[in-house]
Amino acid sequence: MASIISFIYPAMRYIIPPPVTESPSRFVVAAKVGELKNNSGKIFKFGSRAAILVRLVDGSYRAFSAVCTHLSCTVQYRSDLREIWCACHNGLYDLEGRNVSGPPPRPLERYEVHIQGEDVVVTRTA
Amino acid sequence: MATLYRKTLNWLDERFGAGSVEEFLRHKTVPVNRHTIWSYMGGITLFLFIIQVLTGILLLLYYRPTPNDAFESVQYIMTQVRFGWLIRSVHSWSANLMIFTAFVHMFSVYFLKAYRKPRELTWLSGILLLFILLGFGFSGYLLPWNTLSFFATKVGTEMAGSVPGIGKWLLVFLRGGQEVTGATLTRFFGFHVAVLPGLATVLLAMHLLLVQRLGMSVPPSVERAIAEGRATPRSMPFFPNFLLRDMIGWYAALGVLGGLAAIFPWELGTKADAFAAAPAGIRPEWYFLFMFQTLKYLPAKILFLEGEFAGLLGFGAAAAVWVLVPFLDRRIGFGRVTRFFTGLGIFVIGFIVVLSALALR
Repeated sequence: MASIISFIYPAMRYIIPPPVTESPSRFVVAAKVGELKNNSGKIFKFGSRAAILVRLVDGSYRAFSAVCTHLSCTVQYRSDLREIWCACHNGLYDLEGRNVSGPPPRPLERYEVHIQGEDVVVTRTA
Repeated sequence: MATLYRKTLNWLDERFGAGSVEEFLRHKTVPVNRHTIWSYMGGITLFLFIIQVLTGILLLLYYRPTPNDAFESVQYIMTQVRFGWLIRSVHSWSANLMIFTAFVHMFSVYFLKAYRKPRELTWLSGILLLFILLGFGFSGYLLPWNTLSFFATKVGTEMAGSVPGIGKWLLVFLRGGQEVTGATLTRFFGFHVAVLPGLATVLLAMHLLLVQRLGMSVPPSVERAIAEGRATPRSMPFFPNFLLRDMIGWYAALGVLGGLAAIFPWELGTKADAFAAAPAGIRPEWYFLFMFQTLKYLPAKILFLEGEFAGLLGFGAAAAVWVLVPFLDRRIGFGRVTRFFTGLGIFVIGFIVVLSALALR
């Protein structure tokens, strides 16, 4: 038994890759001011994951994680619905990030948005 | 020619008793009844599996399993390599036809109650083979590294991640990390060309051995008719009569496959971008559509469970019942057909067809 374990244990450890430490960066330049039209959205890279920047009808910005809380598809902004939509299983989130329809079980993680000069900067709050 | 055949057989017989194989084939018979047509589905599935192996080897000559090269290498196969489009198209169509014929084979075995004693292990090995085929489909789908396959893999592996206890481990094992990346592609390539073929070979050998050992099943209705003297048992020699009929089935399958591959070449789509939104109309391969559509209808919470987990639990329980049918359907062991299990089979087919059709709307 001990020799079986001594063969299996290293193999089992080998097939699980070592954990990757995520980028410590808590902020990212998501867009340039004026890049997004009112009532539109953009996916951008935040660390190793996708995030979404939405410019609302009134010109203000909102940013969220773009990873659907259902099964991790990347969401998109629907200008016709003025909501955030996941194409994989038809999940909908409002512009507060709340899951309002379809299978998503939780809201999208929300980020802070600041304008710094010409840049739209998104900051992770937690 | 006949002398050469006899000499070769004698030579082989002296070394490993090949004559007994010939003897076995000469005496092996196959039952004939009005359901015999269904007996050819397993052979056609096996034939398509062989096509998969051959075209897969050809694709390996040019395919490169890295995120930077995978899509481009398939594009190169399809646009630059002579008949590359055809080889890839045959591989993709054959994969789909093979899963279709495997499903038909499974349901015909189910409704003809061929899983009953003493063929429980034949059923089990067949169902495990079907799971392996679905694994081939799932892992192969990612290999061209296009948008559809990228998101289908993301969803599929995320579902595996929701299994309680081992889910997180399973997700990292399948993806080679937390996200679907190049590491996932390399792993899926390994599963597709090494792990799954190895498992499939062992299970296939077991399945075929059991079929040879136990022979083909006679449906209970025919068995009853024979027992009551309403019918007489009929059979045909396996070699060459049944085998030649089997080969006609293979030839027909080859015709259908060639026609589909040439007239409707398999598309490549657009290259996967991990930081793009999932496109509208995204869906998995047709044989996973019923699960995909079910997940769409499930609410976020069912009692105290998350909807996706409840769905996974439901499918897991249904699969377990399906696998264990030979042991649950006890009455069939005494030659009595249970309406419940026939009804269950009709419900399963109806569920798969209706949910898949809704997903395709």
